[in-house]
Amino acid sequence: MSTPAVKGNSSERSWPLWEVFVRGKRGLSHVHVGSLHAPDAEMALRNGRDVYTRRQEGVSLWVVRSMDITASSPDERDSFFDPAADKIYRHPTFYDIPEDVEYL
Amino acid sequence: MSRNAIDTSVSDHSVSDHSVSGSSVSDTTLTTDAAAYCLQLGDDALIYAQRLGDWISRAPQIEEDMALANVGLDLLGQARELLTRAGQLDGTGRSEDELAYLRDERQFHNVHLVEQERSDFGFEMARMLWFAAYQCELYAALANSSDETIAGVAGKAVKEVDYHRDHASQWVLRLGDGTSTSYVRMKEGLERVAPYVAELFEDDAVSVAVSEAGVGTLPSSLWDSAFGHVSRVVAQATLTLPTDSTWRSRGGRQGIHSRPMGFLLAEMQHIARSHPGATW
Repeated sequence: MSTPAVKGNSSERSWPLWEVFVRGKRGLSHVHVGSLHAPDAEMALRNGRDVYTRRQEGVSLWVVRSMDITASSPDERDSFFDPAADKIYRHPTFYDIPEDVEYL
Repeated sequence: MSRNAIDTSVSDHSVSDHSVSGSSVSDTTLTTDAAAYCLQLGDDALIYAQRLGDWISRAPQIEEDMALANVGLDLLGQARELLTRAGQLDGTGRSEDELAYLRDERQFHNVHLVEQERSDFGFEMARMLWFAAYQCELYAALANSSDETIAGVAGKAVKEVDYHRDHASQWVLRLGDGTSTSYVRMKEGLERVAPYVAELFEDDAVSVAVSEAGVGTLPSSLWDSAFGHVSRVVAQATLTLPTDSTWRSRGGRQGIHSRPMGFLLAEMQHIARSHPGATW
């Protein structure tokens, strides 16, 4: 669980890697769209704008250093995620929903 | 860079002294001047777009390839509308493509700054800083043009060039206030760009005529604000603007160009000229 998702500086001369999140429109969440290199956070935002929002994909951008993301490991996938497979009672499918309640 | 390199003899004219009336250009002489003015601005944008396209695959990182290409495409969009308007105003009915691809060197009216060859990244950021600072003031003024098309182009473009100016400013700050190597290269970039700056802010008969009519604005009136921005960025980047150079560029507005222009046009125009009327 402690393994960084992506290594930061892969070589001395290259810029660090940043993960880019775009919010498509107001009310939606920011969604991860990819990564890029930039020398610092301000330039990462601008590069994110240029690389990922050229076609009006977003109204808001986040960037975060890839090094700062803690990711789960593929080795842990079984113990992390498989136990949820047979817990269907965690889905709210056993409730009667009144007909006049919308958007539930 | 000091103000005295620029001819100020007509700088007491101001667009705001003249009432803006009517939505279109009517008078024949004025129409001719307005067409010539659109060519000047459109050619600046077109030729710099072509130069920036040169960076694709050659910038320091692929992210910067994208950034410079985006700037170029913004400028190309501005050029398309301005050239189209020029073709309407001058009565020839020439399309944007005819104006871009079928004119010869002497018929282009861009300044020498934008036609200079791509070289060092520091040079490019110095050029972009000056050009975008100029365009920011230009389009802000033209948003009030009495010509609706020009006002429309300017209203949209002002946001684009604000980003271009920011991009160049960010890099000048980082390179100037970076390592000793980046400082020297950024300093050299500013020095090499300096002789081309005055031409941008020089009034001529066309700009005087269109500014009196409320269609355009005097380039000299844009100097103070543009210079203010550039000098603030340069100072913050721990750099200094070079002092006056011994020569300065002239003649672009009259169609007299420097050596790189012919090569640029040959590359830009050869497909259109080799296959006249081709479409896909």
